[in-house]
Amino acid sequence: MSATAAHAHAEDHAHDHGHHHKETFVTKYIFSQDHKMISKQYLITGLIMGVIGIAMSLLFRMQLAWPGESFKVFELLLGDWAPDGVMDPNIYLALVTIHGTIMVFFVLTAGLSGTFSNLLIPLQIGARDMASGFLNMVSYWLFFLSSVIMVISLFVEAGPAAAGWTIYPPLSALPQAQGGSGMGMTLWLVSMAIFIASSLLGSLNYIVTVLNLRTKGMTMTRLPLTIWAFFITAVIGVVSFPVLLSAALLLIMDRSFGTSFFLSDIFIQGEALHYQGGSPVLFEHLFWFLGHPEVYIVLLPALGITSEIIATNSRKPIFGYRAMVASILAIAFLSTIVWGHHMFVSGMNPFLGSVFTFTTLLIAIPSAVKAFNYITTLWKGNLQMNPAMLFSIGLVSTFITGGLTGIILGDSALDINVHDTYFVVAHFHLVMGISALYGLFAGVYHWFPKMFGRMMNKNLGYAHFWITAICAYGVFFPMHFVGMAGVPRRYYTNTAFPMFDDLTDVQVVMTVFAIIAGFAQLFFVYNFVRSIFYGQKAPQNPWGSNTMEWTTPVEHIHGNWPGEIPHVHRWAYDYSKTREDGEYVIPGQDFVPQTVPLQDKEEELNH
Amino acid sequence: MTAFLTIIVLVLVAIAIWQMTKIFELSQVKSEKSEVANDKDNKLNGYLMFGFLVFIYLLTIISFWKWGDKILGTPASEHGSEYDNLMYISMALIFFVQIITQALLHYFAFKYHGKKGQKALFYADNDKLEFIWTIIPVITLAGLILYGLYTWTNLMDIDEEEGDPIIIELYAQQFNWKARYAGADNVLGDANVRLIEIDKNNVLGIDETDPYAKDDVVSQTELHLPVGRKVIFKMRSQDVLHSAYMPHFRAQMNCVPGMITQFSFTPTVTTEEMRADQGMQSKVQNINQLRAERRANGEDVDSWEFDYVLLCNKICGSSHYNMQMKIVVEEEEEFNAWMEAQQTFGEQMASAQ
Repeated sequence: MSATAAHAHAEDHAHDHGHHHKETFVTKYIFSQDHKMISKQYLITGLIMGVIGIAMSLLFRMQLAWPGESFKVFELLLGDWAPDGVMDPNIYLALVTIHGTIMVFFVLTAGLSGTFSNLLIPLQIGARDMASGFLNMVSYWLFFLSSVIMVISLFVEAGPAAAGWTIYPPLSALPQAQGGSGMGMTLWLVSMAIFIASSLLGSLNYIVTVLNLRTKGMTMTRLPLTIWAFFITAVIGVVSFPVLLSAALLLIMDRSFGTSFFLSDIFIQGEALHYQGGSPVLFEHLFWFLGHPEVYIVLLPALGITSEIIATNSRKPIFGYRAMVASILAIAFLSTIVWGHHMFVSGMNPFLGSVFTFTTLLIAIPSAVKAFNYITTLWKGNLQMNPAMLFSIGLVSTFITGGLTGIILGDSALDINVHDTYFVVAHFHLVMGISALYGLFAGVYHWFPKMFGRMMNKNLGYAHFWITAICAYGVFFPMHFVGMAGVPRRYYTNTAFPMFDDLTDVQVVMTVFAIIAGFAQLFFVYNFVRSIFYGQKAPQNPWGSNTMEWTTPVEHIHGNWPGEIPHVHRWAYDYSKTREDGEYVIPGQDFVPQTVPLQDKEEELNH
Repeated sequence: MTAFLTIIVLVLVAIAIWQMTKIFELSQVKSEKSEVANDKDNKLNGYLMFGFLVFIYLLTIISFWKWGDKILGTPASEHGSEYDNLMYISMALIFFVQIITQALLHYFAFKYHGKKGQKALFYADNDKLEFIWTIIPVITLAGLILYGLYTWTNLMDIDEEEGDPIIIELYAQQFNWKARYAGADNVLGDANVRLIEIDKNNVLGIDETDPYAKDDVVSQTELHLPVGRKVIFKMRSQDVLHSAYMPHFRAQMNCVPGMITQFSFTPTVTTEEMRADQGMQSKVQNINQLRAERRANGEDVDSWEFDYVLLCNKICGSSHYNMQMKIVVEEEEEFNAWMEAQQTFGEQMASAQ
């Protein structure tokens, strides 16, 4: 053992034991307890699920643009569900359902938050690893198991779950109502129950780690905004995911043990069922008590990631650090009391609708503050247009576009006529789907050097961004008009209503954009895989960043820092900070890492 | 038209790819190859950011130009114009904010793209600015909230005593709608799915012993509404969730098994009048032209005449996409005549004996 390691051992022996063990292939790559490896596992699993989810969306977009037409690709991928290459209505609903489930939970919750919380929390707060490496490992493997079950459910004979990703009973509870509500839905519920367990283990770990394992000097107000976002996301997850679990358990009871939590007065296929006294509206409340915070579970990490990336690449401090933290806290609080805006026309008391309108429009305020702060951060910056930066700017753009239509949908009166139409689909895809995906991409481009020790190709990154950015708007902007024309979502085809005939060309435009966007992701896949093996070797701090992860060696070691964990002396955003004489604090260098003590003639500002 | 749009799409993508290959080539020439953005990348992407702003504006303009007239037109209910008004105000506000913020975002991205030696401004916070852009949304949103809540409360305040409302039950099942009129006494008879008797054609499970039920009238095909009279819909579902969506009337409410939900509006435009509406006429004409083209291509489609329609707007199973019922809004006399021609529930049961 080297002298430094011995020194570190003496200083920090509680955490430093990793060096003694011989790692086998299994402990290093499979059942690893190292947060860096777990984050890569999350990322790759999430990306694979993402490929499945996006491919599904292309299939049903093709059906929408050219309804009832025969496609070889349908026959190939859907088999018996597409006789002669024509998509069956049941599999259409199943595709929509599983697309939603996979994208929301498996890609944007686990793939995004799981990846970057795991990677960055220990590295950016100065910890050797997560509070519990073992629980962290269990969390990943539960996620893996739930992914496998979800994928298996696609091959069930009566079809996968097809009641929409919100799985409202009675449709999801009665196999008589829909083939997918049999074995397919059982597997869906089992998969989600395991997913929730995984998410809770992860979240508890993140919370404990952030609260307890910060290095010396890393006060809460010096945390990078990424960590604030991950931390609060984990808190929201712990508050709301258990409620979804309870909803899922009660639904399992109704389905398998004859209880009537959500079912009452049902007559189907010629017979009245025994269920009495339950209420589907109760399920909606339970579902959206998670479902709405889930939007922020998806979005906050993306916003945290972009805060960090925009500041770094603008070579400027993030504007209004405290306001950003306050916004995150406000969003987190409000997110738990707005769920009813999904239920304005569900039959719940209209007075509740009023209350939820009020809280919902309140949440626009911290969101607006965040958007303005991003824009101000760009102002008078020295913008380094790395692919991660482009995706971050793209995120702010789609976040604004999608967020604004939330003002319409959050208003109970206006929601009446656009509820469950394509207007909603356009809104949430822009504000949480595309935005969070951009956050994911931004994170991957930015921290790829940290994860794999190599750089991704920037030119492929540019191509990836620009095509994706154009196509994303191309798909979802015209979609608002389809919704305003009154076209309901989850329709297998709109041909049953001649009044929608004049919108066929919009559907074609959206589908063409979607297909191009889908294929543009291949730039990313190729770039990602190739760079892992053949990418240019990464320098230690490629983007000139202040945060602590860039003080660790490029080669991963267990415990992150070879010696003592560095101490923190400043916040994370001292970019382009100058002394009174106009020279940078560290002459010739426009950034001051958090680990650098206050310099001569430097003022510590209160941020 | 479709081909034209597709071409625009392809051209835009081609431009993007062409630009990409150009920078790709440019970067290949240089011997030292770094994957961190250099001045050239910054400049190019800065310009592209500006181009992207133009793209967003163009997309907005093209969308309005091409599809702006496809959205729902003249509202056919009393609250419809108030609804549309609120919608226009909100939309105007949204577009105003959208145009400005996107401009700032992309313009800054273009203007301040990195150059060697350029110094960024260390500008960490400004309480005054933060206050301004907290308070402006607060005030505008407060206005919107108040207006929205006022509209909502008016809409949802369903008073059976007020005016002379006609009570109609909308009954949903996989995958069709039925309507039950309360008849001369304007009171719906009790009903429960457990009382359904298919062989007696009591498909709504109406309680035969309830005297209020005798004069109820069930329509299985069309929903007729008298113009200018308040309608209170009582909604039931017998199997899964459905949603009664009547877009032309700006009306929607879910139908929930196990409970009765309600919605109310006053139709103000008869079917005939709506067919004569200018916007509607050009829409119908346009659609019939499209359908004629399809007919010429050998598809089996008739030309279309406008009718109000009731759609299902909550996923309910395989034929969800085709769960509909025609709505006819007519003058009071016509409505009464239609009503006369219908069999009451009492008569129906008597004939089934």
